[in-house]
Amino acid sequence: MREKILNMLEKNGRIDIKDMAVMLGTTQEAVANEMADMEKEHIICGYHTLINWDNTSDEKVTALIEIKVTPQRGVGFDSIAERIYNYEEISSLYLMSGGFDFTAIIEGKTMKSVAQFVSSKLAPLESVQSTSTHFILKKYKDYGIVLDAPDKDERMLVTP
Amino acid sequence: MRNPISKKVMEIEPSGIRKFFDVVSEMKDAISLGVGEPDFDTPWRVREEGIYSLEKGRTFYTSNAGLKELRLEIGNYISRKYDLHYDAMHEIMVTVGGSEAIDLALRAMVEPGDEVLIPQPSYVSYLPCAVMADAKPVIINLRAEDEFKLTKDELIATITPKTKILVLPFPNNPTGAVMSREELEELVPVIIENDLYVISDEIYAELTYSGSHVSIASLPGMHDRTVTINGFSKAFAMTGWRLGYAIAPKIIMEQMIKLHQFAIMCAPTNSQFAAVEALRNCDDEVRKMVEAYDQRRRFLIDSLRNMGLECFEPFGAFYVFPSIKKFGLTSDEFANRLLQEEKLAVVPGTAFGDCGEGFLRISYAYSLNDLKKGLDRLQSFIKKLEAGQN
Repeated sequence: MREKILNMLEKNGRIDIKDMAVMLGTTQEAVANEMADMEKEHIICGYHTLINWDNTSDEKVTALIEIKVTPQRGVGFDSIAERIYNYEEISSLYLMSGGFDFTAIIEGKTMKSVAQFVSSKLAPLESVQSTSTHFILKKYKDYGIVLDAPDKDERMLVTP
Repeated sequence: MRNPISKKVMEIEPSGIRKFFDVVSEMKDAISLGVGEPDFDTPWRVREEGIYSLEKGRTFYTSNAGLKELRLEIGNYISRKYDLHYDAMHEIMVTVGGSEAIDLALRAMVEPGDEVLIPQPSYVSYLPCAVMADAKPVIINLRAEDEFKLTKDELIATITPKTKILVLPFPNNPTGAVMSREELEELVPVIIENDLYVISDEIYAELTYSGSHVSIASLPGMHDRTVTINGFSKAFAMTGWRLGYAIAPKIIMEQMIKLHQFAIMCAPTNSQFAAVEALRNCDDEVRKMVEAYDQRRRFLIDSLRNMGLECFEPFGAFYVFPSIKKFGLTSDEFANRLLQEEKLAVVPGTAFGDCGEGFLRISYAYSLNDLKKGLDRLQSFIKKLEAGQN
């Protein structure tokens, strides 16, 4: 049941608990309890909204930054990660396999502000060897949703 | 001038759905819970395969029975899914939708005057196809009390010495009824004793929500007397690709292929290449679609029951078939007024046979949001009717 609840929430964070219960053939209480448990267990970590900022008048830029670091003895990557992710500017941080160590996603108001953050805060960190900043020019699809997909149902209204 | 039209064709009633469609399409801002096809797009990997096959210039005919590669995949698929074991080279044919297969099977098998048993409510084409094949269609009126399943007693009651074929339309459009293994096993001795053949239309087989679908041809004694019809439209959301298939013992299949070869030549090549991908690599996509249908099914039944509509729980296809008898309107009146007054299109049960009178077919091939919008309109119509009754 947990997996099913998660699948539904992942697609629609605003779905009614009542609807979920009906759709899963169980009680509202059971769904609510599972959700509460999963929140406690940090399985459900938030109920965010997917926003296409490009369609608002707000200026926003997103950058993906590849970071190479020197891991520290004893603590490996985790303590460096903490130094990085505690910055509010960092919206996501992942440890990577391959040619570099971390991917950081940064959201900022302008390219300049992002560049400034990288050069003044991220790059000078003691264990950071190098950074490489890539600005996102256009988001086509995020979290499984095509952002500009037209809302269309081209089926005939009645078919056998 | 002589009358250009054949009397036989003239006498066939046009589909009730068609009539209703003409009314609906005149109506601006109508929303619909009336479709008989998935709301999902064909999985991208299948569409991409179709594009690729065009790019490669695969625009030739295939063999009459269909691409060998596809028939082999169908053979594997039906054996792993439905325990059906047929020779892919001689006993499987790719058709233009399940509809063509229905037509071919009837034409290949009946002599003029043979009786074909057609349980109703059911899909609109069995009866006209039987008529065109010069058979005598005999309707079995399924009952809501039996959850629209075919019972042994009803079957026995309609068999005559002239009966040759039983059409088995399960999972059923429009009722959503399914037949379990045990229920099918009840019928088998009757079928064998009376030496009947079965045309089992299993186009909705994948959309079964109570365990797995059981193919009657997999039951002992039925392999050689069943034509099984299935296809890609419903399970893989591929209605517009027009691709179905028939599975039958060689002696029947040979004749079906003959008819197909003269009328159709072969199913669309592009669709056939795409379908290979569907059978090979889409279990996951299908599973997700089935799960979504199942969730909406529960939601729709619950909503309809909360409105006070009586409906049995259907375990197949993507339809719910609630009763509207208590409002004292016919299905046609109800559907037409619902359309005029609330601009919601649903299909009157009578489009699927006279015994559909008093019922509506409501489809859940819609997103949860669209279902809710439609159900709000239905609710407000019902409130109005109830207020009028008091």
